[in-house]
Amino acid sequence: MKKIFKTSIAVAMTICMAAAMTACGGSGSASSSSGSAPAAQTSEASSAAGTIKIGGSGPLTGGAAVYGQAVKNAAEIAVEEVNAKGGMQFELKFEDDAHDPEKAVTAYGVLKDWGMQVSLATVTSSPGAAVAPSYAEDKIFAITPSGSSPSVVFADPDNKTGAYGNVFQMCFTDPNQGSASAQYIKDHAAIGTQVAIIYKNDDNYSKGIRDTFVATAAEIGLEVVSEGTFDDSNAQDFTVQLGQAKDAGADIVFLPIYYDPASLILTQANQMGYAPSFFGVDGMDGILTLEGFDTSLAEGVFLLTPFSADATDDLTANFVKAYKEKCGGETPNQFAADAYDCVYAILQACEAAGVTADMSSDEICAKMVEQFTTMTFSGLTGAEMTWSADGEVTKSPKAVVIQNGAYVSVLD
Amino acid sequence: MQFLSYLINGLGLGSVYAIIALGYTMVYGIAKMLNFAHGDVIMIGAYIAFFALARFGFPFPVAVLLAMLVCTTLGVVIERLAYKPLRQATSLSVLITAIGVSYFLQNGAQILWSSSSKVFPSVISAGSIHLGSASVSYLTILTILTCIVVMICLTLFINKTKTGSAMRACSEDKGASMLMGINVNRIISITFAIGSGLAAIASVLLASTYPSVYPTMGSMPGIKAFTAAVFGGIGSIPGAFVGGLILGIIEIFAKAYISTQLSDAIVFAVLIIILLIKPTGLLGKKINVKV
Amino acid sequence: MKTASKLFSPGGDKMKRGRLISFALVIAAYIIIEILLKTGNLSSLFKSLLVPVTCYVVASLGLNLNVGISGELNLGQAGFMSVGAFCGICVSGMLANTITVPVVRLMIAMFCGACLAAVFGFLIGIPVLKLQGDYLAIVTLAFGQIIKSIFMNTYIGFDADGLHYSFVESKFKLQPGGKMLLNGPMGATGTQKIANFTVGIVLILIALIIIYNLMISRSGRAIMAARDNRIAAESIGVPISKTKMLAFVVSAFLAGAAGALYGLNYATLVPNKFDFNTSILILVFVVLGGLGNMTGTIISTIVLLILPELLRSLQDYRMLIYAVVLILIMLVTNNEWLKSRVKGFTSGKAKGGA
Repeated sequence: MKKIFKTSIAVAMTICMAAAMTACGGSGSASSSSGSAPAAQTSEASSAAGTIKIGGSGPLTGGAAVYGQAVKNAAEIAVEEVNAKGGMQFELKFEDDAHDPEKAVTAYGVLKDWGMQVSLATVTSSPGAAVAPSYAEDKIFAITPSGSSPSVVFADPDNKTGAYGNVFQMCFTDPNQGSASAQYIKDHAAIGTQVAIIYKNDDNYSKGIRDTFVATAAEIGLEVVSEGTFDDSNAQDFTVQLGQAKDAGADIVFLPIYYDPASLILTQANQMGYAPSFFGVDGMDGILTLEGFDTSLAEGVFLLTPFSADATDDLTANFVKAYKEKCGGETPNQFAADAYDCVYAILQACEAAGVTADMSSDEICAKMVEQFTTMTFSGLTGAEMTWSADGEVTKSPKAVVIQNGAYVSVLD
Repeated sequence: MQFLSYLINGLGLGSVYAIIALGYTMVYGIAKMLNFAHGDVIMIGAYIAFFALARFGFPFPVAVLLAMLVCTTLGVVIERLAYKPLRQATSLSVLITAIGVSYFLQNGAQILWSSSSKVFPSVISAGSIHLGSASVSYLTILTILTCIVVMICLTLFINKTKTGSAMRACSEDKGASMLMGINVNRIISITFAIGSGLAAIASVLLASTYPSVYPTMGSMPGIKAFTAAVFGGIGSIPGAFVGGLILGIIEIFAKAYISTQLSDAIVFAVLIIILLIKPTGLLGKKINVKV
Repeated sequence: MKTASKLFSPGGDKMKRGRLISFALVIAAYIIIEILLKTGNLSSLFKSLLVPVTCYVVASLGLNLNVGISGELNLGQAGFMSVGAFCGICVSGMLANTITVPVVRLMIAMFCGACLAAVFGFLIGIPVLKLQGDYLAIVTLAFGQIIKSIFMNTYIGFDADGLHYSFVESKFKLQPGGKMLLNGPMGATGTQKIANFTVGIVLILIALIIIYNLMISRSGRAIMAARDNRIAAESIGVPISKTKMLAFVVSAFLAGAAGALYGLNYATLVPNKFDFNTSILILVFVVLGGLGNMTGTIISTIVLLILPELLRSLQDYRMLIYAVVLILIMLVTNNEWLKSRVKGFTSGKAKGGA
């Protein structure tokens, strides 16, 4: 009896779904525009026909939502600014992929149905690696703000061959950061000589940096005395990893991880009474603005980062102000900055190549690839950035140290 | 020797698991359901305590009481709205509903308080005492003490009070309890209230030890505590206590001496071995099914 | 013709109709979707959902055999999918140069994945099936977690010297030009996407044939007898552990095949994908579809996978709404008052249905 009842409900729902499915299939992009991002609506006021459709996906729900939300907000700000200037008009649609390759592929389907012409690809790496072949196949230009793994731009990331050619990165590639950090520590023996590393081994970003750090360290004779790992399911207790580092006599701990676990590591090290130097990478940015974090714990932490929200130049100051207004006082992190830069890099390339909204994504893709491989771009996260034909960015990391709760550039 | 400090850290972690496991095991013992939303009640408790401390500057005890109040109410409301209509339904339907509640709380928290994590203020002074060469933080000691106090109070409550007896009666036989004039629905509500109140205490301890508060923070401790409850024999209160402590110690030792990557696998492997030797957990009762 | 009808819908006339409906449903859905595909009327979103939906349907059918027919709550179905998926990816990766026809390679990969998952199912079944009730459930959960942890620490690759594997990353080295098949927590990257929808549909049909024939066979009746009353079944000589094991292994086999198909549909796959949440997701499909009701399982899987996609316009609220829908469905389907209303409505047809 119950089964019949359940089945009848299910059948009824299927019929509704089927109706929705054919409706979507039949009318193409028109029906899905009702679900576009709030930012998109502002641009409808201007010439709706003349807007270039930018798509993108990232985790807006689930454990990694903080990164996706940052990118979405910053990209919306950039698009609003671009549209307010007149001239080239953008329309942004940002979909949720919950940091899951499966959902990223469906999100790509949604964006394609909508008529995406240029893309911000994905926020995180493994979803990026899952959709990159589709971008290559459908010839849609994509630049990821923060998908930093080589697997986002190469079909064979182990040997760095088979570049997709139309998928670009705005953030540092992981290897670049790892070697730069090792070199920096080697050159500045005062901050430490015996290195311990704590990294997240199920994260492309963290593991990628650690791999090149270790390789470079071996090359240049920097001593790595202890390595501790953690993953998603045990990202809370670091007493063991810190204890091992302490026992191994490490006087500097390298943390190629995001600021959330880093804040826990700093707190727990303090509770243990262990006080080595700490050295972070760009993922560490954001630690000072973490709500409730005792910034005195981060005193003296070094980090290599392309962006700091405390910088005083106009570009950064305006962006930080706009972001805080939009997001209820939250300070933007490097994900947000990379996303903002992506939109402006797309703008620069579109203007230089004379891209118009009536071009197909194919044509735009060819023009964009040509622009990106030849142009230089200056934004929040670096000056004079260039891109290789493989899609990797070249920009130089800046070393900063945290003093009195603020970033201070280290001059050398 | 690092051994001693690992042991005490393990006891600290285990104490948190034990308090969470108590919530699971009580609800299971009386309502015969796996309340998968329990971990998310912990998350809510942590947020409440965080706002009370960091935003409104309430003193620590007030924050804890507030968190307990909110969690208790939440537990009772969830029970009324989502579980009570399913009293006659299959246990699987209730399980799915609990999962739905869990999704709801997680996503609700993300919308209300954003997905970026908040750092729980350190209220217990960050010092440590030295036992030989091992150092133990005050927080760990406080956690272990709290767990013991909670355990004693709960045992007294269950064994000495009238409500406690009624709870025991319900867990033995609901039908017979009803005939004896016990209001079973009220008892189930009280059980949820106590379990959720304990979740609030656990949330404050958890958030003080690992000071990161975010919408999905409850799921992993939830699963581990559920494991701990089964470990000790689900439905058994001393079982949850013992199970929690053992689980915490195994986890820390596995990380320290074998592999940080395999620590979860080792915890679960030990669980399987224990269940093969004692099929109803360490302190669980063997149920003889009659024809 | 007669043998064919036996194969697709074994058993008496009463059961036949319900079973034929499920085949008809799958085939009709396939034809409609193929027509939409050929005429270019299917949106990219639905195209991208086709293969994963078939994978989840097969995994749910397998789980329903376990939970509905055999009556054992299994919280580790994703673990078997993961075994099948990574085995399938490795097999396909190794055969990439030997067998160039994608469909053949896919079939071989799926078969290998399914068999390996069945072997895992057998090994895990030995301890699991000694337990009962919620203890059994927690052990399947534990095995799911252990399988995930193992894959997160497995490194497999091949180069000019042949196949290499290791459980310690630092000991794993490939010669230049080698291909990493499984890279620990990073999982598989750069997988060739060879999965296709038709194979998925064929897999669903095969799963239905296997399950229906099992249900009606002597072993199947023994499985159900053991579920309904273990002691009574035991007393009339039903070998309980043997029959339960059969259901468990077949369930794992189907999950493995589904996993392999899933793994070969994406360029990248991480072990974390098949965690506790995925097991629970599949369990939700099964419970909502109705325990032991295969047609219901197929429908509920499809509906619950498409639902979050249709809710995309709600932006941040979509998973919240999804949760509310889930709770409401459970409340409504278990509501006595509503049930009695429906009972009155369908009382005429009640006896012949599924």
